[in-house]
Amino acid sequence: MSPTLLLLLALGLGLAGWLAARARAWSFRRASPDGRLASLPSYHAWYVALWIVLPVVIFVAAWSAIAPGLVTQAVLASPAADQLPAFGFQRQTILNEARAVATGAAQGVFNPLANEFVEPYRQAIGKYNWIGIIVTVLIAFLGGVWAFLRLKPDFAARNRVEKIVMAILLGASLVAILTTLGIFVSLVFETIRFFGMVNPIDFLFGTHWGPDPMANAANPDPTRYGAIPLFWGTLFIGAIIAMIVAIPLGLMSAIYLTQYANPKLRAWVKPALEILAGVPTVVYGYFAALTIAPAIRDFAISLGASSASSESALAAGLVMGVMIIPFVSSMADDSIAAVPQAMRDGSLAMGATTNETIRRVLVPAALPGIVAGVMLAVSRAIGETMIVVMAASTAANLSANPLESMTTVTVQIVAMLTGEGSFDHPATLSAFALGFVLFLVTLGLNFIALRVVKRFREAYE
Amino acid sequence: MVTVVHPNLTDTDAKMSARDVSVFYGEKKAIDNVSIDIPTKYVTAFIGPSGCGKSTFLRTLNRMNDTIPSARVEGEIMLDGEDIYRSGMDVVQLRARVGMVFQKPNPFPKSIYENIAYGPKIHGLAESKDELDAVVEKSLRRAGLWEEVKDRLQDSGTALSGGQQQRLCIARAIAVDPEVILMDEPCSALDPIATAKIEELIDDLNGRYAIVIVTHSMQQAARVSQRTAFFHLGKMVEYGRTSDIFTNPLEQRTQDYITGRYG
Repeated sequence: MSPTLLLLLALGLGLAGWLAARARAWSFRRASPDGRLASLPSYHAWYVALWIVLPVVIFVAAWSAIAPGLVTQAVLASPAADQLPAFGFQRQTILNEARAVATGAAQGVFNPLANEFVEPYRQAIGKYNWIGIIVTVLIAFLGGVWAFLRLKPDFAARNRVEKIVMAILLGASLVAILTTLGIFVSLVFETIRFFGMVNPIDFLFGTHWGPDPMANAANPDPTRYGAIPLFWGTLFIGAIIAMIVAIPLGLMSAIYLTQYANPKLRAWVKPALEILAGVPTVVYGYFAALTIAPAIRDFAISLGASSASSESALAAGLVMGVMIIPFVSSMADDSIAAVPQAMRDGSLAMGATTNETIRRVLVPAALPGIVAGVMLAVSRAIGETMIVVMAASTAANLSANPLESMTTVTVQIVAMLTGEGSFDHPATLSAFALGFVLFLVTLGLNFIALRVVKRFREAYE
Repeated sequence: MVTVVHPNLTDTDAKMSARDVSVFYGEKKAIDNVSIDIPTKYVTAFIGPSGCGKSTFLRTLNRMNDTIPSARVEGEIMLDGEDIYRSGMDVVQLRARVGMVFQKPNPFPKSIYENIAYGPKIHGLAESKDELDAVVEKSLRRAGLWEEVKDRLQDSGTALSGGQQQRLCIARAIAVDPEVILMDEPCSALDPIATAKIEELIDDLNGRYAIVIVTHSMQQAARVSQRTAFFHLGKMVEYGRTSDIFTNPLEQRTQDYITGRYG
């Protein structure tokens, strides 16, 4: 029985508990002299229902994680298991085939040996299904009865429900944090595997990037795993070229919108600017690859540059800069608007013009917020993939010439993971090491940005 | 109803004079037909209950109402005989001549030194670093703050106490050498001790600048000013020497207000 059905079963039992508890609370209420209870009947109902459903949800989550393992163990205990190849790929295929037939997902098997296991699988799955159902009902019943027995006219069900709801909300927020942690841990393991094959020093400080997924995996050439050109490409495109575009344009549009634009125009321009943030990056990628890159190449050639390539760092950086204008401008907008009106009045009353007030008072006062916005934008830009894939090529190139093609960390992660190397080849594993570095850098940038924003908020509250 | 002006008010040297000034916020009339002469050598106090328009009127004197999009001013306001609302008037120059101190101290989030140097820098009043230092010291001395802050001029202005911040703001206004200083309830956010210091400072500055102060406190008006105007419901009810207004008001409403009947 699938987890979904178990949960539906629990919801059904929960509904029954809900109705029963409400009926009981109503009977308390009718019996009480003043017709009042410590909590409304619906809270008694929710209290019991939550006590039925929540333990089951936890059980089902755990059960769906361990049940397949139990099934496999049972199957391996059957006499036919002796005929299985010892370990590895083939053994797994046979078991998978048998399972597929047993659950009805497949009609027949390729490997005749798998037929031996169909029946054991069917039995084991059937057995553990029943165990799952019985335990579910048992847990629901115990939880429901325990909660039901606590109902009394003066039972503070309302406060209990409040606490349970708080726990549910906490759980929901933990999911995101634990997921981040899980991603981090999985990255760490693969990164350690990679560093077992390639020295971290060679990786972090080498200046030549050209992993060969076809080379002998046991003895990788460390000189082909120098990630400096990738770090440089990422920095150059995401943090230099893109920022040269995004910081002035974003800041100036924020200043215009907060200080000069009349409310009607602002109501129209600000959302329009924010729509930029919603454009899928692959669309920017088209724009960069099909429009901007050729234009830059033609322009460079007309100026006499011979090495101009149609895939340039400049094209990717420019379009990326446009993409992150909304990030910079909306953070700058918020922090300029948060500078108290009294600052502005104070400066204007000194005989400063609006322009002087902006340059000398508002922007300096809003600077922490602006810096934080820029850092968030940078971390967004260096994690960006599609624009660079489409406009800046995959050739690792250590160069300061923006007209040359370059590549970034994210692009190489894609290239390595979708490349031809087997999964345990260092070329493939290098993607994890790159991802790990990227993760650390963006995490650090976001962390600093949030700290800065927090301090800035405190200054005016 | 017209403003009652006390007969023994015989000022002739008006620094600023308003003639039939009305102020509108959108459709709403906030100030109705106010005419007043503000003397050069004295402190003039505007008193009246909340919402009577005294702050609004004060802000018309250096055109700070321009920053409110819906505000509109009718009538004439003269500074040394020159209409400050005529077209072509340089508002920036006007505000350098008519400085302002606000209700809540609003030092810039810069150092104490930079707070004072701000005005002289944007108006080009100091040619060298030494001159600027001198202006900063002179302004802080006049505001009675020099002894307290001379060793920490590079500290942030926002780190000072409320009363010190307000004196910093007065010093900042003085630094551009204005002719008139407008003060919009400068003590309403301060404790009694800081208030006493500010009042003392106003006394010191009296005579050097024409000072106009808006205040909620009748005692304060009586202590620091020589001329008092009583505002009520957007109109200026009565204007005269402070001693006359407080001891011998001619209007019933003024009498009621200063005896604490309302407000």
